[in-house]
Amino acid sequence: MAKKRPIALLSELASHKETFGGDMPLAPGHRMCIGCGIPPIVNEILLAINEPVIVSNATGCLEVTTGVYPVTAWNVPWIHVNFQSAATVIAGVETAYKVLKKKGIIPEDKKIHFVAFGGDGGTYDIGFQALSATAERGHNVLYVCYNNEGYQNTGYQKSSATPIGAYTKTTPVGKVKVGKQEPRKDLTMIMAAHGVPYVAQASPHIFRDLTRKTKKAISIQGFKFLNVLEPCTLSWRFSPEDTMRLAKLAVETRYWPVYEVIDGKYWKVNIKPKKPKPIEEYIAAQPRWKHVLKYPEVLERIQKEIDEKWNLLLHLEEMSKKLAEEEGIDYEALFKLPEE
Amino acid sequence: MAQTKVIALTGNQAAAEAMRQINFDVAAVYPISPQTELMGFFAEYVANGEVDTEMVAVDGEHSAMATCIGAAAAGARTITASAGPGIAYMLENLYIASGMRIPLVLLDVNRALSAPLSIHCDHGDSMLTRDTGWISIFSENAQEAYHNIIMSVKISEKAMFPIIVNYDGYIVSHSIEDVEILDDESVRDFVGPSDINRIPYPLLNTEKPVTYGATAQPDYYTECKYQQHVDFLKVYDIVREVFDEFAQISGKRYDLIEEYKTEDAEYIGISMGSSFGTLKDAVDRLRDQGKKVGAIKIRLYRPFPVKEVAQALSRAKGVVVLDRADSFDGIGGPLFKDVSTALLATDNNPFVHNFIYGLGGREIHEEEFMRAFDRLERLEKGIETRENFVEYLQVRE
Repeated sequence: MAKKRPIALLSELASHKETFGGDMPLAPGHRMCIGCGIPPIVNEILLAINEPVIVSNATGCLEVTTGVYPVTAWNVPWIHVNFQSAATVIAGVETAYKVLKKKGIIPEDKKIHFVAFGGDGGTYDIGFQALSATAERGHNVLYVCYNNEGYQNTGYQKSSATPIGAYTKTTPVGKVKVGKQEPRKDLTMIMAAHGVPYVAQASPHIFRDLTRKTKKAISIQGFKFLNVLEPCTLSWRFSPEDTMRLAKLAVETRYWPVYEVIDGKYWKVNIKPKKPKPIEEYIAAQPRWKHVLKYPEVLERIQKEIDEKWNLLLHLEEMSKKLAEEEGIDYEALFKLPEE
Repeated sequence: MAQTKVIALTGNQAAAEAMRQINFDVAAVYPISPQTELMGFFAEYVANGEVDTEMVAVDGEHSAMATCIGAAAAGARTITASAGPGIAYMLENLYIASGMRIPLVLLDVNRALSAPLSIHCDHGDSMLTRDTGWISIFSENAQEAYHNIIMSVKISEKAMFPIIVNYDGYIVSHSIEDVEILDDESVRDFVGPSDINRIPYPLLNTEKPVTYGATAQPDYYTECKYQQHVDFLKVYDIVREVFDEFAQISGKRYDLIEEYKTEDAEYIGISMGSSFGTLKDAVDRLRDQGKKVGAIKIRLYRPFPVKEVAQALSRAKGVVVLDRADSFDGIGGPLFKDVSTALLATDNNPFVHNFIYGLGGREIHEEEFMRAFDRLERLEKGIETRENFVEYLQVRE
């Protein structure tokens, strides 16, 4: 395994060849698009894990570009079964580990972490039942959704993560319908409602936050869920160099709140833009979506969704603090890493 | 030789007993009749600490098979069980398990497919699996189900292919019969201990990372499938070997097919599963009337025992294939097509007719099988004619 640091610096990641040699968990030479947000997400997460890790992957962009017979970009044990089963497959692997450890076939001190990656199609939609069941059963795994708000591997169709008004190939902008009609499904909240020990939203541009959340997640026994926004250069149609700029705008406009939830009870909003940027700025940067700027009523719905959700999160955070106080629990300590 | 004892058990109880003795590492479970009580029995063993098995009560059969693939690829000895619509629901993953060369066991407690909904037995569910690249074995009764499950672990792990053990829903699964049980130690010695290195590339060996389930473009897909094809043909010998090894401990010698009074038979009936006893009774009664008839049971269904079937039919004048599932294809039932194809391997050219029987749990009686032989003989002799190769044996028109 690669020599890994507690929290690698961005500059170290950028020079991964020297720092990590051929042992990057996801090696260079894969076939993802220039400017794709997925590789940084995967590497930020896997490099935050200092012990052996086994990965399961839903069918999708990450999967089709990294394991193409007869070569593989994966330097960690990796399994892909199908579109909808990433959660349940990693649950199977974790169960095997558990029983074989119990039987003494795997040494007692051999620690392995189990991580599943799926896009929003494989997580919000077709894999949702398996995800929910895996969470309910409390398998000791980390599920990561790289959320690019649509079926990008099939050329951009609508998913339940696609926002109001966005163009997709199944929600075109026509004379009577302007893109997708429905708001995004809030999967992070749904996963929090499972009462699992750790759920969080993150963005790849805040590298240290994502790394810290990964470390926090793997320090906890049980099912953990990370929802990471992943701007898609190809389908959202922005320039490849703007991926992180888009991610940053999503957070600065409060479109993508960065927060974490412990036990489905204690909520913490990690980043609070004091003066949120207007959503128009984020939308205008995305040709898939910028047509809505011409439709004030659609724009209004989008802003309303953002404001209401943001307000709700702040209330949940306040409520959590009161709840923790009532229970005699140190609220801030809940969110700290074990070593902090 | 193993020590044995005879106990009255249902098919599901006998299957649960085999699972207990094998002490599988992982079992994925999801309820569906008539399989449900099997995993219920097994859950008792888990709850009482009689096995080390981790039982995963999943959200559906699709997830059951995905969980099994994950666990088995990790290196665990793994099993699940289902029936009818559950088999249909997990179908996508059956192809994935065999394509990834993952040894694991699936018990199919045979049940009809909807619609109309029927929880009762036929082989429609198993016929869905015939092209999935799984080894498939049929059991006539609880005794065979018990034996087949024990042997299936070894066959699957030697062949590096997943395996389905079929036994008829309700007729076998819920009927009590005397079952000869082997002692625990002999079964555990026979299947061998659990170990991640039973398979060449366990995911749990993190020192040697492997990629399972890569994409293959047109430049490699064919080669992957060809390797699967070539290795699947090796399954015949592996099954024979394991049958032989099993005879050493059980005293019961199995073959890929079972023949009954076929040596001098002019007309031969072929079936699978629980109806074979009825078919043998029909043969006996016809023999009493002076008819030269015989019967064949297909035990190994996939890969299909082409040579054995061809050999067994090499002197027959007529063959009636009894299918417990319809194909709705204008040709005939699945077994009919398999047998007809196998006949290409013999110079003999018997007249072949096909009957569909026993759908959705419809009981089958000797008289009906006798009528099937009668119709076969009349067709073969030109006394009667047919419009199609396939007819329904038991139907109110």
